[in-house]
Amino acid sequence: MSALEFRSVSYQYPSEDFDIVDKLSFQVEPGSFHCILGVSGCGKSTIFRMTNGLLPPKGGEILVDGAPIQGRKRYCGYMPQKDLLFPWRTVGENVALPLEIAGGLSKGQRRKKVEAALADVGLEGCCDKLPGELSGGMRQRAAFARTMLTGSDLLLLDEPFSALDFLTRISMQEWLLDQWQRHKKTILFITHDVEEAVFLSSSVLVVESTPIRALTEVPVPAGFPRDRSCLKDPSLVELKEQLIALLRKQVSL
Amino acid sequence: MRSACKANLPALIFLLALVMLWQVGAMGMNAAYILPTPVQIFQRMWELRGPLFTVHLPATMGVTAIGLVLSLVLGLALAVGMDASDMVRKMLYPVVVVSQTIPTTAIAPLFVLWFGYGIWSKVLVTVLITFFPITITVYDGLRSAKTEMAELLQTYGATRREIFWKIKAPCALPYFFSAIKMAVPMSIIGAAIGEWLGAQSGLGYFSRRMMTQLDGAGVFAPIVLLSAVAMVAVGIVALLERKFVRWRGESS
Repeated sequence: MSALEFRSVSYQYPSEDFDIVDKLSFQVEPGSFHCILGVSGCGKSTIFRMTNGLLPPKGGEILVDGAPIQGRKRYCGYMPQKDLLFPWRTVGENVALPLEIAGGLSKGQRRKKVEAALADVGLEGCCDKLPGELSGGMRQRAAFARTMLTGSDLLLLDEPFSALDFLTRISMQEWLLDQWQRHKKTILFITHDVEEAVFLSSSVLVVESTPIRALTEVPVPAGFPRDRSCLKDPSLVELKEQLIALLRKQVSL
Repeated sequence: MRSACKANLPALIFLLALVMLWQVGAMGMNAAYILPTPVQIFQRMWELRGPLFTVHLPATMGVTAIGLVLSLVLGLALAVGMDASDMVRKMLYPVVVVSQTIPTTAIAPLFVLWFGYGIWSKVLVTVLITFFPITITVYDGLRSAKTEMAELLQTYGATRREIFWKIKAPCALPYFFSAIKMAVPMSIIGAAIGEWLGAQSGLGYFSRRMMTQLDGAGVFAPIVLLSAVAMVAVGIVALLERKFVRWRGESS
């Protein structure tokens, strides 16, 4: 059974006269880490927004853990590009949001879970701070803790590190791999950064053209755990060049 | 508190200079029935303290308070309604704007005609000029909530109601306080205009009665009192705001 499966799913934006996602089928096995790699505006976020239920597909079927998503709630954790921490809530109150909405826990129980989740992402003692007091990397980690507390096994991360500076970004990438290995989640990660995609994924799902009719699966010849030194490996360097060549065809100036 | 005093020091000095200029000018003119000096005004206020503070101030404050509360209820209801439904917005927004083109001083006598000399004609004038800034400002506040935040909560399975209380209401809170700070002085003005045009008590009425007696200082005394009350009220709202609003306009 796949963690996520698309069966000839289509989507058309009301303002456009073609299907940006056109009879797309693909599946993702549980516990894997895939990056969806594509140029800006190719429609990769549309795939996420259909999976998390924000956009209704025009046709086809989306299954999570073998069951259609219609009418289901809390089957996936979605983390958008901006951290979207609410500035009027403390970090702890922000992270507690999914628990508050799911209901069923007392304030004390929520607080315990939140503190554990924050400690897990290395933000001990930040519970009562306001988001404005945190750095960019810390904010993204808080947003990740919030996503974890949705309790879903499928995590959809939409360019979560693209707004961070380079050094913070590469630390966050290593940190994310570590989180993934410890929590055994299924992660789908959208990016337009080739190096990021190669470093993070077990295999890269490439968007080769818009409208999206297929995702080309490109396996990454490196095992886990890995660190950044593997990027110097000749086979990975070659893979990077290959992917760049593939994507550049779609960029028109 | 101390830093607040320091920040206002230039304004206070400027104000003091103006008052002194007024004192000197008015003394030179020596026509107290047209232009009384500040000292004369305060003397008159002290002489009239009985009726001013026990009869007319409470009457005006009553009208202001009732008008302000009604404006808040009406303004919030309109803002929430217009934010919740496009249909309601298209229906009400133009009407709300048009209601502000009515010259209040011209229509107020009609209210007196319809509702008599009691407090309700005055309350109506107050509501007419106060509900507008509340409606528009709070509506803008509700609109300022980011759709991305609402979408995030939707993926957590939140209902419309939860989205309203967890995102829209906190986003609108700073706007709400700005609205009250505008509305408090306007409601006092509204009450005074209403009383000026027809009443049996109230500071506006009192000011007008003094005018018919050519008592310049007596006209000014209730006006100074009204300004002081408005300033104190705005100050209290600002204190409450500092307590309840921990953030303002952070872009993220």
